[in-house]
Amino acid sequence: MGAAAGVAGAFAAGRLSAPDTVKSGAPVASYPFHGARQSGIVTPAQDRLHFVALDVTTDDRDQLVALLKAWTDAAARMTTGRSAGPVGAVDGAGNAPPDDTGEALDLPPSRLTITFGFGPGLFTDADGNDRFGIAERRPDALERLPRFSGDVLEPARSDGDLCIQACADDPQVAVHAIRNLVRIGFGTTTVRWSQLGFGRTSTTSTSQSTPRNLFGFKDGTANVKAEEAAALDTHVWVGADDDPRAAWLAGGSYLVTRRINMTIEVWDRQSLEAQEQFVGRTKGTGAPLSGGEEFTDPDFAMAGSAGPIIPVDAHVRVVHPEVNEGVRILRRGYNFVDGSNDVGGLDAGLFFIAYLRDPRTHFIPLQRAMSSSDALMEYLRFTGQALFAVPPGTGEGEYVGQALFEA
Amino acid sequence: MRKTLLASVAALAVVPALAACTENASGDRDEKGGNARALTVSSSGDACELSTSEAPAGTLTFEVTNTGSDVTEFYLLGGDGLRIVGEVENIGPNLTKKLTVNAPEGEYFTACKPGMVGEGIRAAFTVTHTEDAQEVSASDQELIDQAQDNYRAYVQDQSAQLLVRTRDFVEFYKSGNADDQARQLYPVAREHWERIETVAESFGDLDPKTDAREADVDFAAGEEWTGWHRIEKDLWPQDAKGYTALTEQERATYADDLLVNTEELDQRIQATGADALTYSITDIANGSIGLLEEVANGKITGEEEAWSHTDLWDFQANVDGARVAYEGVQGLLETKDAALAEELTGKFAALQTLLDEYRDGEGFVLYTALTKDDTKKMTDAVNALSEPLSKLTAAVAS
Repeated sequence: MGAAAGVAGAFAAGRLSAPDTVKSGAPVASYPFHGARQSGIVTPAQDRLHFVALDVTTDDRDQLVALLKAWTDAAARMTTGRSAGPVGAVDGAGNAPPDDTGEALDLPPSRLTITFGFGPGLFTDADGNDRFGIAERRPDALERLPRFSGDVLEPARSDGDLCIQACADDPQVAVHAIRNLVRIGFGTTTVRWSQLGFGRTSTTSTSQSTPRNLFGFKDGTANVKAEEAAALDTHVWVGADDDPRAAWLAGGSYLVTRRINMTIEVWDRQSLEAQEQFVGRTKGTGAPLSGGEEFTDPDFAMAGSAGPIIPVDAHVRVVHPEVNEGVRILRRGYNFVDGSNDVGGLDAGLFFIAYLRDPRTHFIPLQRAMSSSDALMEYLRFTGQALFAVPPGTGEGEYVGQALFEA
Repeated sequence: MRKTLLASVAALAVVPALAACTENASGDRDEKGGNARALTVSSSGDACELSTSEAPAGTLTFEVTNTGSDVTEFYLLGGDGLRIVGEVENIGPNLTKKLTVNAPEGEYFTACKPGMVGEGIRAAFTVTHTEDAQEVSASDQELIDQAQDNYRAYVQDQSAQLLVRTRDFVEFYKSGNADDQARQLYPVAREHWERIETVAESFGDLDPKTDAREADVDFAAGEEWTGWHRIEKDLWPQDAKGYTALTEQERATYADDLLVNTEELDQRIQATGADALTYSITDIANGSIGLLEEVANGKITGEEEAWSHTDLWDFQANVDGARVAYEGVQGLLETKDAALAEELTGKFAALQTLLDEYRDGEGFVLYTALTKDDTKKMTDAVNALSEPLSKLTAAVAS
């Protein structure tokens, strides 16, 4: 990777204070909600996630817009450590419920970011209705993702008209944000599914070290990072001329989620060597099997004793930009454990989140390659997926997605 | 489990060292107080440096670091310079891999092979006598040879039976007036496939054509669905909403295709001479582990036989194959880790006792008749066996 640190400025502009990793006792950073881009994309990945997908239950455009305004206000307050509503958890009338639920009362902002996205159903509902008069502005690429081979998608964990991604270093702060935003939405939206993530699995800045997924491997080593301005423009941000119908999305991005269950118990019985062959990297340092260190470029041509030293079906090869027409994505996934399933196995895995410029070029071919030829597939079960268009940032005095409704 | 092709006889099979297992015992410290059986090797482009050229008999660990710029390999060879006692290959530049090998007293050679060509950079290596190293069992090689021969015979026999039954099945199915017989034969014929599934599916070209489940096929990308499960759906269409039965011609196409691929599979399995398949001790042990993995991943979840619900036939067949493979190396395991052998024998029996509770006539109850409680019990029994079983390869190959 190794992009020049100097280009970081453009994307770091929204930050109030410096530290990317907050340890107890260290000064706490927060990110303002308003800005040219939504935060929570190139923001150095926080440790915890609460993600929610919602369906809109109204046909009333004004009601939807009113909700987006209310969400914008609440998000702007909460990301700076304030209450969801203007009164707060304990300062209101005694005979009324507080306008903030209170569980984040004594907690710092914990680098909370709140990121909104719009699903295909917002533009055209399941019956083909243009409920809000925005169907003609639906981006071409914003279509329900196809089913991939091996998928066991559950409708109750897939899709959605809207999404909200809350990331923070304190799980309670992330949950507080989603809880209060969902509460504000009652009557206009209904929760379709939500997902907690307890550990980041990607780095979105060169200042962060690569974390491990639940297979025990370093993940997302080749991620697009905040410091790579040119790569972000090529692979993550929607360009001004990408889609004439959807000019409102320029400067935004697409968000793909995949809930990837790992068959943990079976994986754990694989020999170390087999695990490393599946992934194509060493488990210890994360170096590619062709040698070197974590950030050494893999040498896919290097011969081993039987075939290439990085096997043809190794994960690192199958999804690498070199064999996928140079395509890169910004991954922002989280490890999850949702307790255990009904036969006592961990209901656990990786909640894959990726931001990318166009799912038709930057996700579907990649997922298809993975589904058909990645050795890891034997240990993965895809139980949910969704696609959202993520509008660019919200200026002061604006509400999220305003350009879609008012341009 | 990795689905790699099995080696043909032309390739070198690694033979485990002829020694009983000896854990690093006390009293085997080198002069600095370190573990005299833990050695380091530095393999560069033109040198092969070992931390010592002598070690006490027992389980030796060579930690091999590639300091060169080409892929390297490290070998411990017998005194004849030919017999491979142990090897570790595919060590990329700047990476480290471990070779754990059981070495009785004697003269050896070590060899680094930077670039993976030639006979390597060799040096003499001595394994010295120690009191705590157990006597070498001269019968180990016999046990190995016997295990390999027996397993090959087993795989060949199952493949031959698979072919015979597939022929009958295809006939019934194609005739169009013997669907009941076809349905009856379906799980029975497939047992032979499931018993040798780790071998059968190692042929990456044949497996997707014969054993793909509907969920494995990417129809949106233009893939076609053929094989056993395509026909399964046609024979058991009850749960398939809006299903259109295959025409007589379509039946013939899918049936013939299945038979051709099964014939091809059998041909490869029965091959002799240079094309003959060999099964090393590692292959056999991994096969046993892999078959139990198949149970955990597909059968216990009811996903394998989504239309016929005959998953327990497959379950039993996977267990049969795993047990046969295990029993093939059991004698060898007993010389190396008797406690593990005892545990595995017990756990295989316990799993079988549980499975027997679900027998119904000649076969089993359907998956749809199982309660959550039943699948939980099965999962527990599979986990209880799979966890110790996953140690089998390392135990017999050390």
